[in-house]
Amino acid sequence: MRKFLYILTFTFLFSLLFTGAALAQSNTPPTDDEVNVVAHKLYCPVCESTPLDVCPTDACRDWREQIRSMLAEGKSETEILTYFEEQYGARVLAEPPKHGFYWLIYLLPPAIILAGAIILFRSMKEWTTAKVQAPKSNEAPPAKDDYLARMEEEIKKQK
Amino acid sequence: MTEETTTSNRGVSLPVQIIIWVFIVGLLALVGFGLQRARNPMAEVGDTVPDFDLVYYKGYEYKDTAKMKLSDLQGKIVVINIWASWCKPCEQEAPDLEAAWQLYKDGNDVVFIGVDYVDTPAGANEYLKKFNITFPNAPDLKSNISSILNRQMGVPETYFIDRKGVLRKVQIGPFTSVDEIKSVIEGIQ
Repeated sequence: MRKFLYILTFTFLFSLLFTGAALAQSNTPPTDDEVNVVAHKLYCPVCESTPLDVCPTDACRDWREQIRSMLAEGKSETEILTYFEEQYGARVLAEPPKHGFYWLIYLLPPAIILAGAIILFRSMKEWTTAKVQAPKSNEAPPAKDDYLARMEEEIKKQK
Repeated sequence: MTEETTTSNRGVSLPVQIIIWVFIVGLLALVGFGLQRARNPMAEVGDTVPDFDLVYYKGYEYKDTAKMKLSDLQGKIVVINIWASWCKPCEQEAPDLEAAWQLYKDGNDVVFIGVDYVDTPAGANEYLKKFNITFPNAPDLKSNISSILNRQMGVPETYFIDRKGVLRKVQIGPFTSVDEIKSVIEGIQ
């Protein structure tokens, strides 16, 4: 019985040790790498065409700090990106959002490619059929041009 | 010729042709609609400024009103200053703007509104406290306000709107004195 109690106490203390370590880890502020994972999906409108994670301006630094504090609050990446979209507009997102009119950006290119492929397929099929149905060489030659026939007749007469 | 036309049309049936045309027309309509939506009604000097929403920062509301439209201020001269906490020239003019506001705030005829462009709430709060700003301030949500006011040169920019809602003067860059701000307002009075 005593041995069992020892084991139980030891297990309890051991688990406490790991719980403490886990708690300490959750209190650790997000690292630059963690911040940059989210920042890479954003663009600052002040310095256009520069992803937020590599943008050197003060405005971008403030934004990265905003991401850091939101991560520390336990916000998810999606929540952070939604916040930035609501605050600064969809133009700050590296990828267009998947709602409203923005769906067109995702749907139109494949739809156009598909439509093009269908048209190309049908045209190819049509050309192939037309080739098969082309007149054979042993068929009667086309009727001579009337003017040409008369010319040839006149030349023969002159000879 | 008639035979050729008949042959080429034979490849695509009429219902398919109708679907293709409906698709193309629909696509063009969508693109046109999207472009129309994306086009901002930018204001020029002499134009009536298109209406927009102002959602004030907590502690910087207009007479305890947290949210309003620009048109709610018709009948007053509105001075809109676009700034950002990361903008150094904005810091240069901030004390002058606040001093000018102190001159007009009791008259109830001139309203100063700060519009915070592409900024974080923390940065904005720090800036407003640092310069003891007391006039109403709102973030430029989704950059709607700055795009309507035709922002082209960066921050700071200040827009003077008369009592009828017409844009009368645009100041690009910082003011260098309170008198400079006063002279523009007196010119509109």
